[in-house]
Amino acid sequence: MTEPLMINLALMILLLPLLGFVVSLFLGKRIKAIYIFELFIIILTFAGAVTLAFVKLNYYQNTDIVSQFTWINFGNIPLLGQTNIDLGILIDNIAVLMIFVVTLISMLVHIFSIAYMKGDKLYNRYFAYLGIFTFSMTGIVFTHNMLMIYIFWELVGLSSYLLIGFWFEKKSASDAGKKAFIVNRVGDLGMLAGILILYTTYHTFTFSQIFAQISAGHLPFNSEFWLTVTGILIFCGAIGKSAQFPLHVWLPDAMEGPTPVSALIHAATMVAAGVFLIVRVYPLLTSGALLFIAIIGMLSAFIPATIALTQNDIKKVLAYSTISQLGYMVMGLGVGAYKFAFFHLITHAFFKALLFLGSGSVIHAMHHEQDITKMGGLRKKMPLTYATFLIASLAISGIPLTSGFLSKDGILQGSFAFGSLTGYWIFGFVGFLVALLTAFYMFRLLILTFHGKPRDQHKYDHAHESSFSMAMPLVVLAALSIFIWYTPNPFNPEQGAILTNWIKAPQLVTPQDTRYNFMKSDVPSGSVIKTVPENSEIMYSENYTEALHQAHIPAMLLSLVLAGLGILIAFIFYQWKKVDVDKLTNSIKPLYNLSYNKWYFDEMYDAIFVGGTLMLSRFLSWFDLTIIDGIVNGSASLTRALSIFTGKFDNVVVDGFVNFVAYLSGFVGLIFRRFQTGKVQTYIVFVVFSIVILLFIFK
Amino acid sequence: MNIYDIIFYLFAAITILSAFFVVTTRNIVYSAYYLLFTFFGVAGIYVLLGADFIAIVQLIVYVGGILILLLFGVMLTNKITNVEIRSGSIQIVPAAVGVALFAGIVMASMLNTKWKNIETAMPSATTQGIGLLLIQQYAVVFELLGILLLVALIGAASMARK
Amino acid sequence: MQVGLNHFLVISTALFSLGIFGIVTRRNAVMVLMGIELILNSANINFIAFARFGNFGLQGQVMALFVIILAAAEAAIALAIVLNIYKTFSTVNVDEIDTLKD
Repeated sequence: MTEPLMINLALMILLLPLLGFVVSLFLGKRIKAIYIFELFIIILTFAGAVTLAFVKLNYYQNTDIVSQFTWINFGNIPLLGQTNIDLGILIDNIAVLMIFVVTLISMLVHIFSIAYMKGDKLYNRYFAYLGIFTFSMTGIVFTHNMLMIYIFWELVGLSSYLLIGFWFEKKSASDAGKKAFIVNRVGDLGMLAGILILYTTYHTFTFSQIFAQISAGHLPFNSEFWLTVTGILIFCGAIGKSAQFPLHVWLPDAMEGPTPVSALIHAATMVAAGVFLIVRVYPLLTSGALLFIAIIGMLSAFIPATIALTQNDIKKVLAYSTISQLGYMVMGLGVGAYKFAFFHLITHAFFKALLFLGSGSVIHAMHHEQDITKMGGLRKKMPLTYATFLIASLAISGIPLTSGFLSKDGILQGSFAFGSLTGYWIFGFVGFLVALLTAFYMFRLLILTFHGKPRDQHKYDHAHESSFSMAMPLVVLAALSIFIWYTPNPFNPEQGAILTNWIKAPQLVTPQDTRYNFMKSDVPSGSVIKTVPENSEIMYSENYTEALHQAHIPAMLLSLVLAGLGILIAFIFYQWKKVDVDKLTNSIKPLYNLSYNKWYFDEMYDAIFVGGTLMLSRFLSWFDLTIIDGIVNGSASLTRALSIFTGKFDNVVVDGFVNFVAYLSGFVGLIFRRFQTGKVQTYIVFVVFSIVILLFIFK
Repeated sequence: MNIYDIIFYLFAAITILSAFFVVTTRNIVYSAYYLLFTFFGVAGIYVLLGADFIAIVQLIVYVGGILILLLFGVMLTNKITNVEIRSGSIQIVPAAVGVALFAGIVMASMLNTKWKNIETAMPSATTQGIGLLLIQQYAVVFELLGILLLVALIGAASMARK
Repeated sequence: MQVGLNHFLVISTALFSLGIFGIVTRRNAVMVLMGIELILNSANINFIAFARFGNFGLQGQVMALFVIILAAAEAAIALAIVLNIYKTFSTVNVDEIDTLKD
């Protein structure tokens, strides 16, 4: 397959879902079965994505395929120079991997939704929305410039808003949609600022050109500090979209949308867009920006994990676990474990989509009951759902033989190595702690849902295993959560093609002294690297590779022990009931409340932003009433005193004069009254005549 | 008489004649159509003066916008069903005399004034130059006009709604 | 005679005079507006003619552009006023609207 053919294929993958969207949106009301067309489209898209990924990863492993054209040519603008905006497509390894994940999960979610959404009155519109989401997500992945990323970024936000608020007649759903949209705007503002800084500095949106200029030593405002700021600003977009602390509050609320949507958007693909953005701009991130990213990632991994411990809504638990896992990825990127972070993005997409679809299957069977305290014992009724859910839980907890073990262990290993090289042990520490918490809350969820005795006999009696179209995606995703697809050796991911040949650490372009010590290239300082080598592994120095290697075994053992411990505690608490959970929670009531109420983030934002605005307006109102009104009243009484005096003066002196003038003008008016017809046109005639006379005089 | 002059006289004739009909025809709708020809003629004159961009703007704004607005005004304020779309004239005699005097004097003084008259080369393309002037020298005026248009829009809408 | 500045000035003056004639004589308010448009056009011809023959570059054309913008705003406002007049007096014949007299 030639390169132009691949570009065409990529364009087809990009545009087909848009076609599906348009067709099923506009014909949805007329033709009841139009969703089959959308289904056909997404299967075609997936086939295209598989072909593209296969060709790219096998035959063009080391070449990036770019196709671009100039969209707007502003010409030679004074002060700016030659300015134009290019649009284009970039097909590289991470793009095709990502596109494979996106289209696969999108296709499975389409299939799952056939049964799940059956009977909904906006059935076709739902599929249309899935189509536009797939389109915009594909756009983010394929583009080669910041501008298009931003455009598709907002499109993704729009489709997310549409899908969260899909059941908009429910107030909580439409509120959740609005919340997601607005919270995302906060992050996007930062991203826009970052993009604009880049554009004013480099006059281009294209990644490769920006990187080339940075690598040539051209920095925003000629300062390394501003390069760091730019990196952090662009990361703000990722904070919003990937629901990182402190903008994570929208994701749990977004669970108001249909469950397959949660699987597609809020677990597997859209929230991963933020991580993908960091991956795209990784070369320009300085050590300061990376440290900031790592800290945000660490907080986002830890805080939601503690919240997930106590939630009772099956989807809320999964939502917090999503934030926590995304925090892992972001932290992994921040500490330099680039390959593992992206690897985790892929594996997490599969098993988290599986978890959500599994929960969807449960919710569907339980007639839209989401409270896990009312479930239990479903293992017998829904064996297939249970088995797949179990595999996904094992994967997210990091148990060997699963994909999650490989990627999560890689991130932990990376943060461990980072600690040993820089002394920031906190990332490794929190990473392992979160591994423990994750194993615990996932198995708490699993046990409460599927094990034990049914707590709501009525609903339990009606529960049933799902139909084929809902079971098939579960099985496919469960299969993809097994290690075998990624590496032949279940304990060492580095032996698989995905990490050795496909995901490659990028060549950093930041100045040498703004990198982490271990990221400085081994090339002697002073010599500028002009071209990006084919195999750009020289991002890391030797001692990092060594530290990573040393961290492998301890990190693996430690994470295994912790995950096992978490699962064991979950079984002791909920399966065998050796410990009275209620008594335990009572003894640590404040901590429990903090977790149960989600660290009071919503209340805090409410108090700070809503309350702050109210306070400000109250203060302004007080200021108006006392100060401004005081001034006004004061001047009023002053004026009054003055007017009493002038009144006297007026009555005697002025009135006399005025009366005289009035008599005079009354007299004159009697004469001129004839000219005043009240018709404007007559006046204009007079004006014309007057001008004629004036022209005669002043000629 | 070269071709330029012929075209000029052609456009001048179109402009003046149709303008004359605009102000003398009794039927308002006919007047509006004559006004269309006037605008076309003026646009042609702009082109002869090398102002291609202005000519296009003239066509778009006047013909496409203002004329349509005027027609709407006619439709909205006359009972079309009653065929009372004619409109008479008043004070023709004093107006004709005044205007003729006025025109004569203004023309006389214009023709007798020694204007700065330099035959410059016809500008080839004006759009870029106008664009630069608009965003550099006249940036403030340009922005203010934008605000003015907005205010006019809102004002017109709110007035017409009452 | 070679077409020059004076030709354009004559055209513009003629257009201006016709505009005034229209404003003064027509009874319908919309017709008065048409007269105003004629006057604005004549001013524009002057602007562009002087820009061409007075060696002012493009400045005159920019001014003409501004005039067109103002004309658009004016037409919108004026028509709103005409509609209001129609609602108030049930006529748009300006010679019947003479409450200014009182």
